[in-house]
Amino acid sequence: MAEPTAEQIREEKLYREMGLTDDEYARIVDRLGRLPNFVETGLFSVLWSEHCSYKSSKVHLRRFPTEGPQVLQGPGENAGVVDIGDGIGIAFKMESHNHPSAVEPYQGAATGVGGILRDIFTMGARPIAFLNSLRFGPLDDPHTRYLFANVVAGIGGYGNCVGIPDVGGEAVFDPSYRYNPLVNAMCVGVVRADRIVRGRAAGPGNPVFIVGNRTGRDGIHGATFASAEDPHAKERSAVQVGDPFMGKLLMEACLELMATGAVVGVQDMGAAGLTSSSAEMASRAGGGIELYLDDVPVREAGMTPYEIMLSESQERMLVVLEQGREQVAFDIFAKWGLQVANIGRVTDDGLLRLWFQGQVVAEVPVAALVDEAPVYERPLAPPATPLGAGVALPAEDQLDLAAGLLRLLAHPSVADKRWIYRQYDTSVRASTYVGPGGDAAVVLVPGTARAVALVTDGNGRYTALNPRRGGAIAVAEAARNLACTGAKPLAITDCLNFGNPEKPEVMWQFAEAVAGMSEACRVLDTPVVSGNVSFYNESHGQDIFPTPIVGAVGVVEDLRHVTPNAFQHAGSAIVLLGAPDTALDGSLFWQLAAGRPAGDAPRLHLDAERALCDLLLQLIRRGLIRAAHDVSEGGFAVALAEMCIGQGIGAAVSLGRSGAESPLARAGWLFSEAQGRVIVEMAPADVAAVIAAAEAAGVPAQAVGTTGGAWLEIGDVSGAWLRLPVAQLADVYRRALPDWMGEVQA
Amino acid sequence: MRWAVIVFPGSNCDDDAVAAITRATGDEVVKVWHQERDLRPYDAIVLPGGFSYGDYLRCGAIARFSPVMAAVRAEAEAGKLVLGICNGFQILTEAGLLPGALVRNHHLQFRCEMAELVVENDRSPFTSLYRRGERVRIPIAHGEGRYIADEAVLDELARAGRIAFTYAADVNGSARRIAGVLNERGNVLGLMPHPERAVAAWMGSEDGLRMFAAIHRAVEEGVHVG
Repeated sequence: MAEPTAEQIREEKLYREMGLTDDEYARIVDRLGRLPNFVETGLFSVLWSEHCSYKSSKVHLRRFPTEGPQVLQGPGENAGVVDIGDGIGIAFKMESHNHPSAVEPYQGAATGVGGILRDIFTMGARPIAFLNSLRFGPLDDPHTRYLFANVVAGIGGYGNCVGIPDVGGEAVFDPSYRYNPLVNAMCVGVVRADRIVRGRAAGPGNPVFIVGNRTGRDGIHGATFASAEDPHAKERSAVQVGDPFMGKLLMEACLELMATGAVVGVQDMGAAGLTSSSAEMASRAGGGIELYLDDVPVREAGMTPYEIMLSESQERMLVVLEQGREQVAFDIFAKWGLQVANIGRVTDDGLLRLWFQGQVVAEVPVAALVDEAPVYERPLAPPATPLGAGVALPAEDQLDLAAGLLRLLAHPSVADKRWIYRQYDTSVRASTYVGPGGDAAVVLVPGTARAVALVTDGNGRYTALNPRRGGAIAVAEAARNLACTGAKPLAITDCLNFGNPEKPEVMWQFAEAVAGMSEACRVLDTPVVSGNVSFYNESHGQDIFPTPIVGAVGVVEDLRHVTPNAFQHAGSAIVLLGAPDTALDGSLFWQLAAGRPAGDAPRLHLDAERALCDLLLQLIRRGLIRAAHDVSEGGFAVALAEMCIGQGIGAAVSLGRSGAESPLARAGWLFSEAQGRVIVEMAPADVAAVIAAAEAAGVPAQAVGTTGGAWLEIGDVSGAWLRLPVAQLADVYRRALPDWMGEVQA
Repeated sequence: MRWAVIVFPGSNCDDDAVAAITRATGDEVVKVWHQERDLRPYDAIVLPGGFSYGDYLRCGAIARFSPVMAAVRAEAEAGKLVLGICNGFQILTEAGLLPGALVRNHHLQFRCEMAELVVENDRSPFTSLYRRGERVRIPIAHGEGRYIADEAVLDELARAGRIAFTYAADVNGSARRIAGVLNERGNVLGLMPHPERAVAAWMGSEDGLRMFAAIHRAVEEGVHVG
């Protein structure tokens, strides 16, 4: 099959099939001063895709605070790096693999894990943990169960094999994600602060190598595929297949090689493969690069330059070495049995030049490909009526409080996630101090007595109801979870999962959510150091809930500060920190009653969040707190129930003069998801000190009960509102996912 | 004494084994690349967990052909202590140093969790610091840990006291709930659970320490096996 000529591409508008608009094509012609040939058009089509260029999101992402004394590397590299002290950096990033996972869930999820792993070790960082943030439709749908089971298996299949523990994350189930699941994978690594490696093709004359798998015809146009509507209409062949064994070998070999200092720059071949890795490395170094495509090891004969450049075959790295020190690399790669080929060199002419069979088959300015990609200020429009407006409050017959609590605990978004995480190796590396199930995970860091706390958070329902506040809540909840565990929040990464950006309502959601996140990051002093945008999350004409996911990293300065999230002793006092609230806005309780998201997003005051986090850390460091758990999905009653279920310790809670007489008012106390609240357990003798510290910090605090017994009882001075055995709560909470997934009973 | 922890391409519990042995014994531990052909300088040999060669084809099926395996066999025949953990156990069965095979868990999922084991034999050099019938907590992390063997082999293992550990509850469908078996001579132990992940209170158990300490004692006291 002959490739179309440059003229045919223009006359027949073939660039459209490759994902370029008429305007974009005209810009390319203008910039080059000639018609691009087929290969060149392909290069532009992938690098100017939404996925690679961030052309719709860039103007908004500039709002993020990205700097601070704790930031060693901000956005723009393969991953961000934050300083935890003792000369140690933590590299981390999160990335989406939603579209491939919708079509081929096992491989889509597995390659998502593999891709983010490579982004971390290319920074010179030894990966130490994975987290995953997942969204699916309701589990009563067999297709959802298929997607869910295979995404979990795929994450485990890759992560378990490479020997990095999966230590946390979330899974949420809502009709909004029925046809468009979200799979966001986060990886965290450790690197000496003075040994960070950047993805730069610097030093003209330096040789360029490709290491790892051979290049095949799989995944061609994966980047543009992720930037188009309705992936189901696309081919499964655009989904790549992962090879975790090769991923593990590449990781070990690259880390060994980077430790020698012979490496100038390394980059993973992720989306847009050789095209993006070579162009981006050259762009960061401000130079050029030329590649000899005949020397790229391929899986089958007859591959064209176009196919070689756009292949997304997994487990390949582009490595730039210092001229004259190549043998160091050859020896290391030979030890690990890895194929390495010299496929090009760094130049100083600012061009990406491709040679094939003795001819130049493409020659375009690197700047045009990378830095001059179009930037769109797409139109924004708020919806005519807010999504949750005008929804009726729960009716009398929906206000059985005990039944309401049990229903929430059985909801897959709230219920115990052990069915998921026991399929992941959570303890390999023998450093998982707190694994899945905590408010945040805590992982020991080699080379220091400190530990890192890690968490992912995000709530699409809140963001759909109020994008600005929903975005801010994602950051605030992440920070609060870190503080509950005893860690000081340092920085965040993000995955911004949204619908079709060409719709003004979706773009408005995006702009608002980013603005909310930015405000929260400023107040909570957690800059954004890396991130990823995933647009076009829509299927069958339905956009997903706008879902910004935050991955946050905090530092635990002393392991004695690590605080559990379940009651530890009978006879302890229970204190609620933060302002009480009874509004059901945005709550899961109200959504389940109404059948749709209802009201506004829950209340949030960023200054109060900051004060709460600071207070919690102060109390934990003073040794006053036995357990801490934040009030989030499901509200106060669910948070209490979870604290009881952990160790099977009951609690008697009285809200004093609540003034709540109607079932609706009581439901508000129990199930409001208002932010900025944490339940803490302490010795009775410490209550006075805690209340005094809270007063001094300006944080409302109220002693609400004691732990002990086998029941959870919640009420006020007028008596108990609900009383349930902890064993029943635990059973409902633990059975939900296994029951849905038809677990084989051992 | 000096330990060897063998590293195959795809091993991923090698560093954990080194750390656990160091913590339990203070001995010298060396990571030995799978291309090594001479294990005479070492007093005990550990084949760690992981996914050697990606577990492609069959767990342990490719690693058994690594050059180091001839040396492992030679040292085992000479009476040295050899411990295979998880993937190491799988490699030892593939190499024929232990009977039986490890196949896909009966529930078809990878399973990572703390497991309760019953000590069935406390007279081996690996288990001498446990008491027979004692329950110990050691985590599992495997997708292919279901132990199978012919009935006659299982009967012989039971009769000869070669079942070192069983699972207190059925976690993977293993025949007779077997978690670990010894060779005929008693100097090679294969074990699916990970003792190197049970060496500190914060890990949820310290029960793994006694296995490494028992090996250390057996070697230092020159216990002759077989």
